Amino acid sequence: MSSTSRTPKAASRPGRSLAITALVLLALLALVFIQGATAVKLGLDLRGGTSVTLQPRLAEGESGKVTNAAIDQAVSIIRQRVNSLGVAESEVTAQGSGVNRQIVISVPGDTGRRVVDLVGQTAELRFRQVLVSGAPAATPTTGSVATPPAGVSADTNAKYAALDCTLAANRQGTGSDVATAQIVACDRAGTSKFILGPAEVLGRQVSKASASINQSSGSGWYVLLTFDNDGTKAFGTMTSRVVTLTAPENEVAIVLDGLVVSAPRINEAITSGSAQITGSFTQLEAEDLANVLKYGALPLAFDRGEVQQISPTLGSDQLRAGLLAGFLGLGLVVLYSLLYYRGLGIVSVGSLLIAGSLTYLLFLLLGKWLGFTLTLAGIAGAIVAIGITADSFIVYFERIRDEVREGRSLRSAVESGWLRARRTIIVADFVSIIAAALLYLFAVGGVRGFAFTLGLTTLIDLFVVFVFTKPIVTLIAKMRFYSSGHPLSGFSAKSLGVLVPTTVTKEA
Amino acid sequence: MSKLSGIGGRLYRGETSVDFIGKRRRWYAISGIFIIASIFALSFQGLHLGIEFKGGSSYTVNKAGITVEQARAAVDATGIPGETIIQKIGGDKVRVQTGALTTAQSNQVQDALAAKFGILTDAIDTQIVGPSWGKEITRKALYGLFGFLIVVLLYLAMAFEPKMAIAAIVAVIHDVFITVGIYALVGFDVTPATVIGFLTILGYSLYDTVVVFDKVRENTRTITSTSKMTYSQAANLAVNQTLVRSFNTSLIALLPVGSILFVGAGFLGAGTLKDLSLALFIGLATGTYSSIFIATPLLAVLREREPAMQALAKRIAGKTLVQAAVANNASVDGGAAIATKRGPRNQPKRNRRR
Repeated sequence: MSSTSRTPKAASRPGRSLAITALVLLALLALVFIQGATAVKLGLDLRGGTSVTLQPRLAEGESGKVTNAAIDQAVSIIRQRVNSLGVAESEVTAQGSGVNRQIVISVPGDTGRRVVDLVGQTAELRFRQVLVSGAPAATPTTGSVATPPAGVSADTNAKYAALDCTLAANRQGTGSDVATAQIVACDRAGTSKFILGPAEVLGRQVSKASASINQSSGSGWYVLLTFDNDGTKAFGTMTSRVVTLTAPENEVAIVLDGLVVSAPRINEAITSGSAQITGSFTQLEAEDLANVLKYGALPLAFDRGEVQQISPTLGSDQLRAGLLAGFLGLGLVVLYSLLYYRGLGIVSVGSLLIAGSLTYLLFLLLGKWLGFTLTLAGIAGAIVAIGITADSFIVYFERIRDEVREGRSLRSAVESGWLRARRTIIVADFVSIIAAALLYLFAVGGVRGFAFTLGLTTLIDLFVVFVFTKPIVTLIAKMRFYSSGHPLSGFSAKSLGVLVPTTVTKEA
Repeated sequence: MSKLSGIGGRLYRGETSVDFIGKRRRWYAISGIFIIASIFALSFQGLHLGIEFKGGSSYTVNKAGITVEQARAAVDATGIPGETIIQKIGGDKVRVQTGALTTAQSNQVQDALAAKFGILTDAIDTQIVGPSWGKEITRKALYGLFGFLIVVLLYLAMAFEPKMAIAAIVAVIHDVFITVGIYALVGFDVTPATVIGFLTILGYSLYDTVVVFDKVRENTRTITSTSKMTYSQAANLAVNQTLVRSFNTSLIALLPVGSILFVGAGFLGAGTLKDLSLALFIGLATGTYSSIFIATPLLAVLREREPAMQALAKRIAGKTLVQAAVANNASVDGGAAIATKRGPRNQPKRNRRR
């Protein structure tokens, strides 16, 4: 009866599918070597460190809506603060989607309390008059610098002299920015330092800001800035006063989070409430500045959602436990498949090994490319996936056995069983992938790590079943050990419960 | 093992058959009792929520020979407000859990513990959760749950039949209910890791159901034209035929989860691994149960209401009477509601594949 059975394409070319498997494995291996991705990046819960999840919200007393751009700005503010710690491999990322994004800060090693203190404060935008500006390095205190410019206290002058903006730690920003006082400040990039007067216009007095290009005059990109009523008055007074002064006192610094973003020179008194900031801006620079000004109009506060400080000891304990659980789980699954499926079990063990190697190689590469880090929840996801992967083999194997029970020869059962099992496997894996994708979309932190590995390993499972497991089964079905129904092959008449054993070997 | 395979063969041919669908009222009753118990447990005891949901702080000190009393003395001396829970975890760890604290108070607790046990503050494993955070993750978990149910409902309705999708989703909701109920009843801690576990169960439970339904669909594709079996009988055969498969897939899925649970609870005492795998373990067990005992009977009931299926059932009932009069043997185990003849020879010819 099998003479008419239509054989799927893969059946005729098992060798080709296996070659694809080998090629993919080799290609990934080569990529790993080329990229130099030699170790899986471990999450903080596996190596110790501090992670803080911040939920941005409108600052006290503000009304309006949190915008996407404001959160982008908040992320870059926090990134600036965290980078000032100078800890290698610190990371600031936004997770989630749209305005519900959280900011996740991870800093490895023993920095716990400093990180927590650093990231919680609201960042404000202020306009201050520049009193003194100069090169970023600390100035030697001996000699002429001791004479402070008019209106600057000796104390501030000394601070200014000592300030070294070339050190990342001094570009933290927060804390030094008291609105009503003179401050010393660095610019964001650390290329100059300033003494600034008290804040005269506040960020929330900005009503609009945008980047535009002036094609006709050829002056290029500029930023258009509009103030509200109070802002118009305050900015008018400020610009009227400073416009006649000499440089650098005729400059107004735009200060965000205690750092100077830009310090344009005032060319005329601006009393209309609408100003243009020109310069040799690129499009990107102009847009950045406009975003900073817009953010200033609606400052965000940061709620500490969760702080987790894990000591390196606990980290390595968790890593060990995760790996142990993985090997134990894999071992049990291997043992069970061998006991139950005998010779066929070897196929599932081989498939699991292939899936395992693919997963490991992808972890290495994704760590390099996407900054994927393996967390404890991620390890758990991978272990759970062992079960899902093995499930697909069982679905297929049981199908083959059903077909043999119906009286087919092993060789045709392998093909007709595959046609049916394939559907089940695709539908079932697809449900798993939907689950993983939704978990990833809706969750933060550890849950995302779990969802990511679960989704990834399910995809790998699909790949392995199609290009490895099925072709291998096709091949072994031609071997006498299996096709004759050897007691250890997993196809023996006794283990299948076939009533007339001869039907296994002969075409009925 | 091979004995089990032998059973597989007999189940496949229908010689051995468990009447899952005919006795559905029994399974519904069992599940009903569990669900009512779950609702009672939830409303009277509630879930034992971890600090991630309530807000609060947790400090774990890891040093040989320390005691709960020492830790309590140190924490009490700081005079922080609210109730503190101090527990011993595993051999050498003591965990202090407090309510929501300010940063200053939190630093105070860390300093006190560090001074008491002569360790660095950075060696204390600390978790601080803001009071609004719990609401945020609860909201996200619920979004995830509903999003999942809707997307999967649509997907299964497309891949299978709408009624299969409904039956599968009912089974999933049943699983979540019972698992949550067990958590409330036993008083296990519910943490975000537990929630991940809950959400993953949904995927797993459906995986199982999909495997059974796929066979049901295959068996019932031609029943109206062959008129050998009613929908319920064909569905029941499908469950029996996939029984070994369901058992194997569930067991294989449970093995790794079980080892996470074993290692997580045994070596680490508490934390992500234990919480996650416990939820998975309980959920997997109920998931396997529901795909066999709840989803398929429910599907059969839904489909039997269709006029075509009722007509089929009538035709077969008529036929069976005639057959019963002619034949002198009854069904092998007497399990089926309608006494169709069993055994390999009396099986309907499965449609031959081209």
